[in-house]
Amino acid sequence: MSFEFPLLSLIIWLPILFGIAVFATGNDHNAQLSRWIALIGSILGFLVAIPLYSGFDIATGTMQFVENHVWIERFNVNYHVGVDGISMPLILLNCFITPLVVIAGWEVIKERVSQYMGAFLVMSGIVNGVFASLDAILFYVFWEASLIPMFLIIGIWGGPNRVYAAIKFFLYTLLGSLLMLIALIYLYLASEGSFSIEDYHKLAIPMTPQILIFVAFLLAFAVKVPMWPVHTWLPDAHVEAPTGGSVVLAAILLKLGGYGFLRFSLPIAPDASQYLSTMMIVLSLIAVVYIGLIALMQTDMKKLIAYSSVAHMGFVTLGFFLFNAYGIEGAMVQMISHGFISGAMFLCVGVLYDRLHSRQIADYGGVVNKMPVFAAFFMLFAMANAGLPGTSGFVGEFMVIMSAVQVNFWYAFLAATTLIFGAAYTLWMYKRVIFGAVASSAVESLEDISKREFVLLSILAISVLWIGVHPFPVTEVMHTTVNQLLTHISSSKL
Amino acid sequence: MQKLYLLVPLAPLLGSLIAGLFGRLIGPAWSHRVTISLVFVSLLASIVIFLDVLEGNNYNGSVYTWLITGDTSFEIGFLIDQLSATMMVVVSLVSLMVHIYTIGYMHGDPGYQRFFSYISLFTFSMMMLVMSNNFLQLFFGWEAVGLVSYLLIGFWYTRPTAIYANLKAFLVNRVGDFGFLLGIGLVLMYFGTLDYASVFAQVPGVVEEKIEIIPGASWLVITLICVLLFIGAMGKSAQFPLHVWLPDSMEGPTPISALIHAATMVTAGIFMVARMSPLFEFSDTALSIILVIGGITTLFMALVAVVQNDIKRVVAYSTLSQLGYMTVALGASAYSAAIFHLMTHAFFKAVLFLGAGSVIIAMHHEQNMQKMGGLKQYMPITYWTMFIAALASAGVPGFSGFFSKDAIIEAVHLANIPGVGFAYFCVLVTVFVTALYTFRLIFMTFHGQTRMDKHTKEHLHESPWVVTLPLIILAIPTVAAGWFIGPIVFGDYFNSAIQVFPQHDAIEKLGAEFTGIGGMMVHALVTAPFWLSMAGIFTAWYLYCVRTDLPAKIKSSVTPLYNILDRKYYIDEIYSWLFAGGTRTLGTVLWKIGDVKIIDGFFVNGAARIVGLTASIVRRYQTGYIYHYAFTMIVGIFVILTLWLY
Repeated sequence: MSFEFPLLSLIIWLPILFGIAVFATGNDHNAQLSRWIALIGSILGFLVAIPLYSGFDIATGTMQFVENHVWIERFNVNYHVGVDGISMPLILLNCFITPLVVIAGWEVIKERVSQYMGAFLVMSGIVNGVFASLDAILFYVFWEASLIPMFLIIGIWGGPNRVYAAIKFFLYTLLGSLLMLIALIYLYLASEGSFSIEDYHKLAIPMTPQILIFVAFLLAFAVKVPMWPVHTWLPDAHVEAPTGGSVVLAAILLKLGGYGFLRFSLPIAPDASQYLSTMMIVLSLIAVVYIGLIALMQTDMKKLIAYSSVAHMGFVTLGFFLFNAYGIEGAMVQMISHGFISGAMFLCVGVLYDRLHSRQIADYGGVVNKMPVFAAFFMLFAMANAGLPGTSGFVGEFMVIMSAVQVNFWYAFLAATTLIFGAAYTLWMYKRVIFGAVASSAVESLEDISKREFVLLSILAISVLWIGVHPFPVTEVMHTTVNQLLTHISSSKL
Repeated sequence: MQKLYLLVPLAPLLGSLIAGLFGRLIGPAWSHRVTISLVFVSLLASIVIFLDVLEGNNYNGSVYTWLITGDTSFEIGFLIDQLSATMMVVVSLVSLMVHIYTIGYMHGDPGYQRFFSYISLFTFSMMMLVMSNNFLQLFFGWEAVGLVSYLLIGFWYTRPTAIYANLKAFLVNRVGDFGFLLGIGLVLMYFGTLDYASVFAQVPGVVEEKIEIIPGASWLVITLICVLLFIGAMGKSAQFPLHVWLPDSMEGPTPISALIHAATMVTAGIFMVARMSPLFEFSDTALSIILVIGGITTLFMALVAVVQNDIKRVVAYSTLSQLGYMTVALGASAYSAAIFHLMTHAFFKAVLFLGAGSVIIAMHHEQNMQKMGGLKQYMPITYWTMFIAALASAGVPGFSGFFSKDAIIEAVHLANIPGVGFAYFCVLVTVFVTALYTFRLIFMTFHGQTRMDKHTKEHLHESPWVVTLPLIILAIPTVAAGWFIGPIVFGDYFNSAIQVFPQHDAIEKLGAEFTGIGGMMVHALVTAPFWLSMAGIFTAWYLYCVRTDLPAKIKSSVTPLYNILDRKYYIDEIYSWLFAGGTRTLGTVLWKIGDVKIIDGFFVNGAARIVGLTASIVRRYQTGYIYHYAFTMIVGIFVILTLWLY
């Protein structure tokens, strides 16, 4: 075998190494140095990920860019990484968001800069590791490791109630993933000593264990997504997290859960997935409708967007369990689009918070008078959040609704209420914050966005519009993998 | 030719981007120069295409692939035929006039460039909507015009009423879009494509299919699709009960009331149903629903117009009522008459709105007609153009509105599907009401005594040429557009674009009797609509020019009725209580009880408390005294030994 360049390893470890380098810059005397190293590291992290897209073969459903080395020989644990049409777009999304987060924290974070920036870089690498792992133990290590930086980000740079939020976040997600570990150990024994995820896909499993495995994975992934009713950690975490933390949490970490369903639950337990699909669909629809209604009544902007995230992620899980190409591809597009839109929405709130130190809707009003450029950006992202055609927010929702109609008219009916609720909670908030006469002397003192913020929001705006107008390239890379997955699910493993 | 097709929507888009992104850089004058030139380009291209279509050159093709998923390819593409070409000319012409008019109306407004950017963006979106060859792009345009409408109603964003109205407009439209999207979903499910031509070709194969969405009740798929699509049209074309947003949309600047909320966007629903005629023809049930909804809207909205005193609101309710006429025409399968009325209405209603805007400028942004009066001598051009438009609106023979409206009324008369009797009654009575409210507006505004304050009166003068020129230009088709009824409605103008079943074809029967526009006018003299219209004008004249004391007396003698009309049947109040209030209450309950009390309070924090509670009990065993531990160990040894010995 010829030597192949370990591209995936580079994508995983480069940000982590840069993160460690940033830690090494030490205290805040070197803050500027920390920032620049972090920026360079994150941009390099994105650049090295580009060959993953350009060199990706869309015609095959097998894993690409595979690296496989022995790690712990005794338990047959391997350093085994590779990507397919499902993980590759998510890795790109992650590498794309990281530089934005570094820029977003540029002037805002003034204390412990090196640790803040380093934590994001390390997390970026870890998350790439989660998406790329093809070995269950490797996956589990990355999966749990991804908790630590976010725990610290919320716990150290968060708001007044940060400790409660950080611990809630940590315990919720940790408890969820413990059962997953048990499921993985079961699979290790059932497969007679393999930790290869691809082996698990082929493994025949009787119905009862399949259901147990499914439920074990479900807890881990449902908490991450988060699905109703295990979503309550998310609003707290978002409210307390610093802006960058919220962006990464919404744009990237929630996707780990969605990814888990596609990599583990559906292919490993296809019969259980089919058997429990109605339950999953109902939970997803509750997320869309129930959470949509709750979002309407929020008085805190970040909480509102957090709830809106839960509702939008409801489309992701809905799409997965409709078992057709529209549904799964739509859910994938929704995950990517949600990465941009929710990230942008949290950045917009961050822009306001940095100026007035309040997230309360009632403290604003008439912001457009003082910040017209910001208001224009916020309008675009609000409309994208409301699923307006021409923005990326529409594509995923459209595909999932089209998919749901084919399964059951009422699923589509309930899912489509997002057209109304999504517009209602987003635009009502927009109206109260942005429109109107200048509401207070604090708003009067606002200054429009800086160059840094302009660049940040422009990049996201272009992404949101690009995917909305021409989503073809995004779904193109998934077709083969998704079709293969669908074929795989449709054949029983009993 | 295909490059020309692209030019039609892209030219205004370019204008919009330039004015929107670089408006501050290039200044107000260049902003309007750029956008107007580009819309003019769009108009020229539309005319060239229109002439090309008249020669029989249709086009149906894709521009690019938006998305491929599963086995379906979603395309962005154009369908150019008589229907879209007609719409393109109407849209670009009215849009150009409104662009020019805006120079005068929005002069000195701090949002001048932004306004031009929006109306150009609107032109782009509307063009994408009418030129589309598939449902997806139709929905794109559909929502995009909704977005621009939202932005423009809330253009003066510091006004609380404006930002309330734009949110309301967007949400009510979303209710319609909700149905529309589900309809599109069913189309995709049963036809496997969203391309018009392929869908229409497959309709006969789907006609027999039934769907049971409520157990026990089985419906024809076609009927369900048509009804859902029509719900979308009800939102966009403001049909009862989704009409509530349109009157409030008058909070936006007047040019957009003319362009968006009268001439073009609100007719998108009418256009859509006409475009889908090969679908709707297969469902008598859907057609009946359309007839009845249209009938209700026509009559009941016209009645409200009679009691309004805000000049723009009169025209707004008039628009609702006229949209009702078009809807009734659709229900009666008189699609060509509906599109024809759409066209004539676009012209005469644009004149009425732009004229109202001209009056509003002269009155220093006073919109209450009770404070106007006698403006005729100060604003002759505005007066005469509006007078012509009023004649067209009231359906006086010779003017455009007469031909289109008469064709609709006669077609409804000849139609024979359930609900047609009610619809005929509505459209007939409304002829009187239309004449009454239209001329009430004319007489209250332009005739009689001046009722404005002294300061305003001293400054009264005719509006500048940028305002009056569009009025004059649009007044021409306001008169003349109707003369083309022969070829457009009764001829084979729309041949392949619109499909009508022989048993529905009232227009065909009507066409057999048609002997030219002269004959139609002469024939009208012996029919009810003509006399009802005359009676309406006469009543308006008598009440508002001769016995000006009478309206107040009538009002006080029928106070309850007046209140019902004045409060628009209390529909806004009911909606606000039921939907807005209900949703908010439900949201609060789900949040405070579902999330906070049950999930977080009971389960999450409850689990934490149980852990804490258990720990607090168990910790008592960790006393720290050696003799406690020693004692436990001894007990333990005994227990183990006992078990082991056995």
